[in-house]
Parts: sequence; C-alpha cells; structure tokens
Amino acid sequence: MRRLLSSLVVLVSLISPAAAQVPFGEASTVKEGLEIGASTSEIAIASDFQGADLTIFGALTNADELFLAIGQYDVVVTLEGPKDYATVRRKERVLGIWMNTQSMTFEQVPESYSLASTRQIESIDEAPSLNNIGVGIDHLPLNPVGYIPNSGLIGEFRDAYRRLKLSNGLYQRDTNGVRFVSSSLFRASLRLPANIPDGMHMVRAYLFKSGALIAQKEMPLRVVKTGLEQAITDAAHQRPFAYGLICVLIAVITGWGASLIFRKD
Amino acid sequence: MTVYLPIAELSVNIFIILGMGAAVGFLSGMFGVGGGFLITPLLIFYNIPPVVAVATGANQVVASSISGAITHFRRGTLDIKLGTVLLVGGLAGATVGVWVFSWLRRLGQLDLFISLLYVVLLSTIGALMLQESLRAMRRAKNSESAPLKRPGQHNWVHRLPLKMRFKKSKIYLSAIPVVALGFAIGVLTSIMGVGGGFIMVPAMIYLLRIPTNVVVGTSLFQIIFVTAYTTMVQAATNYSVDIVLATILMVAGVIGAQYGVRVGQKLRGEQLRALLALLVLAVGIRLAVGLVLTPDDIYSVAVGGLSY
Repeated sequence: MRRLLSSLVVLVSLISPAAAQVPFGEASTVKEGLEIGASTSEIAIASDFQGADLTIFGALTNADELFLAIGQYDVVVTLEGPKDYATVRRKERVLGIWMNTQSMTFEQVPESYSLASTRQIESIDEAPSLNNIGVGIDHLPLNPVGYIPNSGLIGEFRDAYRRLKLSNGLYQRDTNGVRFVSSSLFRASLRLPANIPDGMHMVRAYLFKSGALIAQKEMPLRVVKTGLEQAITDAAHQRPFAYGLICVLIAVITGWGASLIFRKD
Repeated sequence: MTVYLPIAELSVNIFIILGMGAAVGFLSGMFGVGGGFLITPLLIFYNIPPVVAVATGANQVVASSISGAITHFRRGTLDIKLGTVLLVGGLAGATVGVWVFSWLRRLGQLDLFISLLYVVLLSTIGALMLQESLRAMRRAKNSESAPLKRPGQHNWVHRLPLKMRFKKSKIYLSAIPVVALGFAIGVLTSIMGVGGGFIMVPAMIYLLRIPTNVVVGTSLFQIIFVTAYTTMVQAATNYSVDIVLATILMVAGVIGAQYGVRVGQKLRGEQLRALLALLVLAVGIRLAVGLVLTPDDIYSVAVGGLSY
C-alpha cells in the first residue's frame, strides 16, 4: 500500500501540469486507472461466525484534479458470491392448501452480493447502462432458463428474487460504503452476512467518471469454512458413505451408552 | 450460545436444539416411539431446511430406538424373528422412499408433500387411537374385562398364505402382511424422517393382532435398522444428514428418554395410548394450519436445480 501510495504521488505530480493544459471537458490523453487491495484474500468461517466486515482499499491513478475536486468520480465496490442457478417458486391456494404452482429458474446468479458505493448507484449512472454492466442489486442480469410464455411474470419473479435475497441478508447494499480518505484514495466496507456461501467470491471495483464507467478491477476472495466445519462439509460431499456410517455409529454409541449409564432401574 | 450447523448451513441456538431433543426424548421414552414424527416437524418449525430435518431426524431415531430396544430386550419383550421379517420389507421400502424423496425435491414439491403426509397420517392415526383408547378406558371404568380372544376376531389378514410361527409373540401369522407393513413404514422413514412407530404399533396391534407387550420392543428393533439404513442412503444421495445437529439431538434425546420410560411405566396402557393419540393429533393439526394459513411470503427461492 505504501509503495502504491508513493508511486501515486509521483504519478500525480508528473501528470498534473499536462492535465492542466487540457481544456475542460475534453478527454485527457492519459486514462484513469483503479487499483484495489485487501488485507486478506481468504475469509474463514468458524463455528461462531456471525458475519464479518471486509475492508477494501483502493486508489485512483491518473485522476484529473479538477474532476476530483467537483466530485465527478464515483466508486462502486461489489463482492459477488459463487454463481449458481436459482429457482424462485410461487405458491398459490389450491383446494385451500398453499402449494408451489409456478417456478422460474434464473441462470447463474451470484448466491450472495454485497455492494458499497460512494452514493446511490442510480444517481451515479443511468439504469440502462447499469443493467448493461450488471452493477447493483436491481441491475444484476436475471435471465430465466427456458421459454416463459407469460413475459409479465418475469418481472414479478425477478422482484421476488431480489426481495428474498435482501431480506435474508445475502444481498446487501451500502450507499455510503465507499469513502475517500484522501483525494484519490478510498476505502470500501463490505458486509459479509452470517449465511455467506463458501467458495470463490469476487471483489469488483468500478470507477465512474461523470456517470460513465471508465475503469474496472477485480480480485478473488476465498471464503472457506475452517476447522471442523470444513472437515464435516468435505466429508459429507466427498466420502458420503463413510460420513453416513459415522453418523450411524454416533447414534449407536449414544443410544447404547445411555442404556448402559441408566441401567440401574 | 450459537452453534453452526455445517450441512444445514445456518447458526442455531444450541439450547433450543438441546431442549427440543430432551423434550422429544422424554416423550419417546414415555410412549415407546422413536420420536421422529415430533423431531422432524419441530426442526422444520425452527427453520431447518426440510431436506436436512428429515434426514437428520432419521439419524436421531437410530439413537433413541437403540436405548429403547435394549430395555425391551432385557425385559424379554422383543421378538427378533418378527422384527427381522418386518425389516426385510423395511429396507426395500426405504430404498424406494429415498428415490421418491429425491424426485420430489427436484420437482419443488417436497416440503408440501412432507407436510401433507404428516397431516394425513397423524390425524388419521391420532383419531383412531384416541377413539380406541377412550373406549378401552370406558370399559376399564365399568370394570368389564376386555375380551382378549373373541370368536370371529380373525380378519382377512389371518387367511393369507406363507404362515410363520413367531414363538415369542405366541402367534401364527402370514409373512405377507408383516413384510408389507415393513415396506410401508420404510417408505415413510425415508420421506418423513420418522421411525414409524406411531403407525407400526397400532397396525401391529389392531391389524396383525400381535400381543401388545412385544409390539413396542419389536417395532423399535426394526426401526433401528431401517433408520440406520435410511441415514446412510440419505447421506449418500442427498448429502443432507447434519452430524452436528444429529449429535446434539441424540445426546439430549437419550437422556430425556430414560426419564420418559420411568414416567411411562407408572401410567396405564390405555391412558398412555390416549395421551399419545392427543400428541399425534396436535402435531397433525399444527401442520395442517401451516398448510392452510396464508404464508408470509408466497415466493421462495432455492439455490441450484434446473427444475421448472
């Protein structure tokens, strides 16, 4: 980080005179860049995991001083969980009983999604272009699998999906989560929910200048269940037979043990 | 104090799980049932995914049945031959059941199906048992001795071929209804996560006319093996047995069961059956209410699965 900072200082001092000569509103010849870093590349979930905060540091390179001064740069940082299909089902009353009657499966959506930004992302950029780049809970691509005869349903199912994900904490947003600590250095706080899925997550940072995406950076983050939890999950999926046998064995020992201990009566 | 359940993938309060296990264990010891029909709905009410609740429930029943079966074995109220014949059907039924379970899960109808099965079975059996035990209590009050062997008591079940002699039970009975009963219970074990004692006990008493004293011990004997088998198959096909949850439930359950057995011995048979009937009915009604009441959210989301 220190190295990054010093190189940044050098860069800014080098570019500033040149940038000042470019008339306002014209594109600078030097393109802005974005660098990010985190204190960890791995989050461990222990048995008492209650969620965690992840801090991502970043810096703008080649930033235009004038644009910085008038707050034309916006940063959005997201943490995307592993992707999988997601099936949304809707219940209806059939003969007095509530049962799942309709369902829609969305292609490869992140299981968890946490977003931090300098301000409301809808005020950073317009919805169509956010949809295009897929940034923001309301702008993630949700494409149904297969043919859906009634296209009006897609909207309802998408809304339901987002609402459910927000309510169980797997999708989160913090529109004040990114703070500039100096003119070009920023800090993003992302909340990891207690029920975060394990696997490979991806930190993505987006730099917007006057509402246009100009730079993007990503960094992988592994979420692993540690110790006993990890061992149990691995065993259950990789050696299911042995795992089942151990489950039965524990039951036999517990049941037998109890009848030995309480034999007196 | 919270504990993270690695398979259910959520954190739970350990004391609630311990309390659940102990309470169900107490009742199961008292009534001589495995307690799976109580533990599975309770876990579902506590937001454990039904898939995990059913598979873990089956595992928990192994432990509670073993201590019960040993007690009955010592008292000589366990017919191993009869239990083995039941088991043959049970293992076949459990295999079919796990297959149906996976199929319903892909279809998105598993939760509903589990609840519906519980409602239908629990309310039917609860009502029948309550009716019977009330009649027995009335008879006891009027000090009429219940006729054990009435003429014409034999029903169609007793006219089936392939008869076998079960010495301990002192009956001569066709193997067909015994295997069929075992099969049906086996299917229920894998779909509902129950041992099936609450169905098997009345079926053995009223349908097969097996003497009441060996019924509980023998059904427990069969339940041990069918639930153990189901645990293995569920672990292998659905990866849904949560060892942490199961262990907490089992430890609390077997301790509770020991106290339940003592209380149960002090109560009379028909009173015990009436109480069990009321309990079965209550769980059934609670689940029925859940099916009919408008849910908080008519939408639900599941990860994975190309089911549409």
